[in-house]
Amino acid sequence: MLNLDPLSIGKNKFEGLKNLRDYGETKQTHFNKIPLLNEVTERILKGTSLLKEKGNKIEVRRGTYSRSNQEVIVASSDGTFGRDLRLYQSIGLNALAIDKEYRSSIGRRYGSSSNPDQISEWNIESSVDEIIDSANNMLYANFVEAGQMPAVLANKFGGVIFHEACGHLLETTQIERGTSPFQDKLNQKIANSAVTAIDEGLTENAFGSLSMDDEGMPTQKTVLIKEGFLKRFISDRAGEIRTGNKRTGSGRRQNYAFPAASRMRNTYIEKGNYAPSELIATIDKGIYCKSMGGGSVGATGQFNFSVEEAYLIEKGKLTTPVKGATLIGEAKEILPKISMCANDLDLAAGYCGSVSGNINVTVGQPHIKVDSITIGGR
Amino acid sequence: MVLQNELDTKPILNTKLIKDRLNILSKEENISKWDIGASSSNDVSVQVYKAEAKQLKASQRSSVTLRVWNENEMIGITSTSDLSEKGLKKALISAKAASYYANENERPNFSPLSKSDIKVKARSPIKEFGVKKLYERLKQAESDLINKHKAIIDVPYNGFSEVNYERIYVNSDGAERYLNNTQSTLYLYAKAQEVNRKPRSSGSIKIAYSSNEIDIEKCIEEAAMRTISHLDYKPIKTNKYLICFKPEAFLDLIDSFSNLFNARSILDGVSLSNKDSIGKKLSSTLLNLNDNGLHKSNIGSYEFDGEGTPTQDICIIENGKLKNFIHSEATAKQFGVLPTGHAGLGAKVSVSTDWLVISRSKNGELSNNKLDHKNSNEEFVLIENLNALHAGIKPSQGSFSLPFDGWHVKNGIKRSIESATVAGDIRAVLKGIIDIEEKQIETHSGVSPHVWVEELSITGE
Repeated sequence: MLNLDPLSIGKNKFEGLKNLRDYGETKQTHFNKIPLLNEVTERILKGTSLLKEKGNKIEVRRGTYSRSNQEVIVASSDGTFGRDLRLYQSIGLNALAIDKEYRSSIGRRYGSSSNPDQISEWNIESSVDEIIDSANNMLYANFVEAGQMPAVLANKFGGVIFHEACGHLLETTQIERGTSPFQDKLNQKIANSAVTAIDEGLTENAFGSLSMDDEGMPTQKTVLIKEGFLKRFISDRAGEIRTGNKRTGSGRRQNYAFPAASRMRNTYIEKGNYAPSELIATIDKGIYCKSMGGGSVGATGQFNFSVEEAYLIEKGKLTTPVKGATLIGEAKEILPKISMCANDLDLAAGYCGSVSGNINVTVGQPHIKVDSITIGGR
Repeated sequence: MVLQNELDTKPILNTKLIKDRLNILSKEENISKWDIGASSSNDVSVQVYKAEAKQLKASQRSSVTLRVWNENEMIGITSTSDLSEKGLKKALISAKAASYYANENERPNFSPLSKSDIKVKARSPIKEFGVKKLYERLKQAESDLINKHKAIIDVPYNGFSEVNYERIYVNSDGAERYLNNTQSTLYLYAKAQEVNRKPRSSGSIKIAYSSNEIDIEKCIEEAAMRTISHLDYKPIKTNKYLICFKPEAFLDLIDSFSNLFNARSILDGVSLSNKDSIGKKLSSTLLNLNDNGLHKSNIGSYEFDGEGTPTQDICIIENGKLKNFIHSEATAKQFGVLPTGHAGLGAKVSVSTDWLVISRSKNGELSNNKLDHKNSNEEFVLIENLNALHAGIKPSQGSFSLPFDGWHVKNGIKRSIESATVAGDIRAVLKGIIDIEEKQIETHSGVSPHVWVEELSITGE
């Protein structure tokens, strides 16, 4: 009835499960090393106390910690038989600064997988200083003026734009639906030569890392774009059957209540050769987006991202903070305009919600320069 | 004895059984005060793509939140999906352990209204379509929608689902609430494209108590009409424009800033209002806003909230003035009022809106000639849908910057806007309302007329 054309998998006679590939065997000890809840609580409370102590304008403080243990067993009629133990932890700090009618809110999240020691390794002071600094800078900022201008997007969570605006369009889930502008662009140039983009599940302790995906396939490093050329799509089992794109160990789901789908893991733009200041120095009038908020991509590929912390670039220098900025565009128009990548690639933890539920991911990039982008403002 | 086995027969959530079981288990654990909120659902859903099944899914979900008070009246909360005796016992023990870490300044209690009389609608069983019929109807709907216009190339987002669900609230003080309901949802989002033009997308959602009551034809008609209406698009110049919000868009905007009248947000310091805001002017005198979870258009209504408080019709804004906040038991106690039926049990009791109903105040002062989005000679932007609400709204600051679908209307001619963002401050929007049309439209997320706002920034080209 489905009329699916099995290309390489899915129609073989079931001949029993293969030997169990137990990726969880070596991780059992993780659970003995996890800190007690009261230890975690004390660390988080220390963070919020420091926010109060050091930030004289910080009126509202919130600290969060979440821990998730998952035991996953995959057994399927193609013989796949795998098991994994997954430990995810994340710490979040949020602050709202208020002074009369002025307000600014800043948040940061730190996350890891398979790292029971994360909470003790967390540098509370440095996180608090970073948040207070950003909140104070943005408190009295003026609203940005709308228009087209060049932009420099900072590293770490700046990578959320690539994740949302491009990464999702490279998932076979989108290719199947015919909603990706890149569906017929394999081996064609879709981005500036400065752009090489990766999706992988291997970086140690990264929030989106997995030993095997939710279909029992070991994860891998998948080069999506190489020097501007589209090389691979992100594919799961059904994606391979339906589109012919080989699986990449990217079949993921929140839990057993969702069918797995092609989803990203740790997704980032590779570093380039420039210092971040060199990118800023090339811009006469533009915007520096230091910290990104969330965003979304519409059904026809338009994206929209709020900027949490931004500064004007004037004559090659960072000047005044501005708020209310939104980055607007379409992936296929923006990718060719990423003309410079700095040498400071860094990753940030996040959650991604899509067809197979909420999953842990990492986004990342070095500082990048976009030659021209629409800035929404007032 | 395993409770899950006993619950396998309908209804899944048996309040008496759960109450009896918890009475026994709580005594074993020396717990004298507890309450439980639970829900359970059975749902079937289908998605299609180009006349093929894309996804056929059935699931049964249960969710339980158990609260326990310790000897110091401090509260611990546990959530689980395990309704078995073992699961409930584990939840009780965990909640008690958590109670010793509770915030001493936050001491929720049972709602004083958790045992008050309520009228729970008697819902008779409905005949379900089942997966096969849902799939066939959806496949046909997809085909019919594609055939509506040559530019419609596919229907990438679609779904037809039916669900039946139950909800209970029980506490150790004798409160016992139960309701069940059914819901069917059909959504069709089409993609259309003309030669050398960008793809355009729009759609329609229909919700009813049963699949039989879903007006499939109307859903197809609306999805086609809306999608086609965006084919002739043009960029809009970045500027400030007179704005008319369609009901869905205005409801989305107001709901995103419900911290303005949410007592939990006020106590948490993340609202633009404060304890003294009641009676103060929040908007133009034209605006009336109620939250009425039992409104006839709310298919998924609940007669009681997570704490067992009856759902009510609460007047929030009247003639532009803030009249009431929405509350849980804990916030109501701090404000010296009764809970309003807006509590959700979770790790912390949340407060959220039910079903916003917006109307034009009879006493409001018009600052302009009467405006009508169908017959206006004004130049304005008609906003159909606001997108990316999770990203573009800053509730604690009051600001928003959101992409939208809509039209630029000039000299009575409507032209779809290629791609644009609307930005502003919610307080300025509310005070800048210059007209609210008479006709209230029932949408899938509330009730509202078209609302006109004096001037907002639009970023286009």
